[in-house]
Amino acid sequence: MRKMRRKGLASMAVQTVATTSESTVDLGPAAALSCRECGHRVPLGPVFACEECFGPLEIAYDFSGYDTEELRRRIEAGPANIWRYAPLLPVPADVAGKPNINPGWTKLVQADNLARELGVTGGLYVKDDSGNPTHSFKDRVVAQALEAARAFGFTTLSCSSTGNLAGAVGAAAARAGFRSCVFIPHDLEQGKIVMAAVYGGELVGIEGNYDDVNRFCSELIGDPAGEGWGFVNVNLRPYYAEGSKTLAYEICEQLGWRLPDQIVVPIASGSQLTKIDKGLQELIKLGLVEDRPYKIFGAQAEGCSPVSTAFKAGHDVVRPQKPNTIAKSLAIGNPADGPYVLDIARRTGGAVEDVTDEEVVDAIKLLARTEGIFAETAGGVTVGVTRKLLEAGVLDPAKTTVVLNTGDGLKTLDAVAGTGLTATIRPTLDSFREAGLA
Amino acid sequence: MSVTVRIPTILRTYTGGRAEVAAEGTTLGEVIADLEKNHTGIAARVLDDQGKLRRFVNVYVNDDDVRFEQGLDTTTPDGAGVSIIPAVAGG
Repeated sequence: MRKMRRKGLASMAVQTVATTSESTVDLGPAAALSCRECGHRVPLGPVFACEECFGPLEIAYDFSGYDTEELRRRIEAGPANIWRYAPLLPVPADVAGKPNINPGWTKLVQADNLARELGVTGGLYVKDDSGNPTHSFKDRVVAQALEAARAFGFTTLSCSSTGNLAGAVGAAAARAGFRSCVFIPHDLEQGKIVMAAVYGGELVGIEGNYDDVNRFCSELIGDPAGEGWGFVNVNLRPYYAEGSKTLAYEICEQLGWRLPDQIVVPIASGSQLTKIDKGLQELIKLGLVEDRPYKIFGAQAEGCSPVSTAFKAGHDVVRPQKPNTIAKSLAIGNPADGPYVLDIARRTGGAVEDVTDEEVVDAIKLLARTEGIFAETAGGVTVGVTRKLLEAGVLDPAKTTVVLNTGDGLKTLDAVAGTGLTATIRPTLDSFREAGLA
Repeated sequence: MSVTVRIPTILRTYTGGRAEVAAEGTTLGEVIADLEKNHTGIAARVLDDQGKLRRFVNVYVNDDDVRFEQGLDTTTPDGAGVSIIPAVAGG
């Protein structure tokens, strides 16, 4: 019976949205899929692109019937992970009891030392997502996708990845008893390859960059060879992407159910930034935070800056680039959500900026020496852009500002390879003094 | 010039479920026009009201993203493979 159901749903994935039968899956408040471009609605299913206009499908919710104060109490009494927000996510109500990696509720670090260094007086915080189970924010989105995969009867988890996602998928699949087979550019940082491979799934290097990997996976999903596979960021993407909303929820709850004034978010595909905005808007509509202005800022590396280039040029379309940066987790040259990032940055009064690889490395060291947080290159990008936007007077130092660190520096040790021993001495006090260390 | 066009899942209603179809044309624009002749309705899914590629459609001629080439004017050599793919986010 289960096998038949899985095959039926897999067939649905390789046919069309139009043939999708009415969904009977239990994904909590998720009511349907809706095209972000044209509004066309289809039932919940493992599909990601609108049959009318190719626009991205996203989750439409039914939040009717929620009492604000009861919802707040329910969240606060929930587990110390993203499932405390289950009433706002496309997951079944009993999600916390299922085998998953249970990410989230990471630290919101009050970064007073960094604030002093940068001249921020209104409060500076680092949302440190290196504390997730596989040390990046990707655990949030994969945990969501895993629940969708379970609901749709898939037993293989897959993805195209710049590294962090591959590890998160491998770990989640291991915990949940799924097979995993993930695809990465063959020349990723060694740390990320090891951290993806160690979970025992299949890890395939593709000769090409991330955009080539993504293209390959998109073609595989339409081929019988990929039938029955749940690609977390392709056919499960509408569910997967919602995981990033939890960053917005947590930041606000950790600030005492208050919106920050300014948030600096890294941009790869742009999905995370758009979902943080969606999460903030939901909290406002549900009455969980006061409705007041906030600004969202996007951060890219100069060597892969299609969105910041478009922002600064005043364009509303994003021209793809061939990536060339040490910030490989952000190296998506053709960012699908780029146009939405431009819309959000402009709507909220934010901006999109980029920094050089040298500035990324400097920022990694700055965050490490001021706050004891070792960020991966993406964190260097957000901190570097924060510094640049403060110096330019674009970020207001008197406002409450949250900077995202989305991954652990241990994954990108090469970026700071020049950092090493202060001195090598003989094991004697004389030698210690001679080295000027006393 | 005859090329092979790889059809994404969401457009296979126009090709009778086929994942690959043959088409004629010396440029991508001509190939799409030829597709439309044989699979009526498909062009409106790929092109917007101004006749440009929709922003969430990626098209490759062999291994090259046409946005890095000449868009709809990209030449399609005899025997080329053309892939139409919905844009997806990831990371």
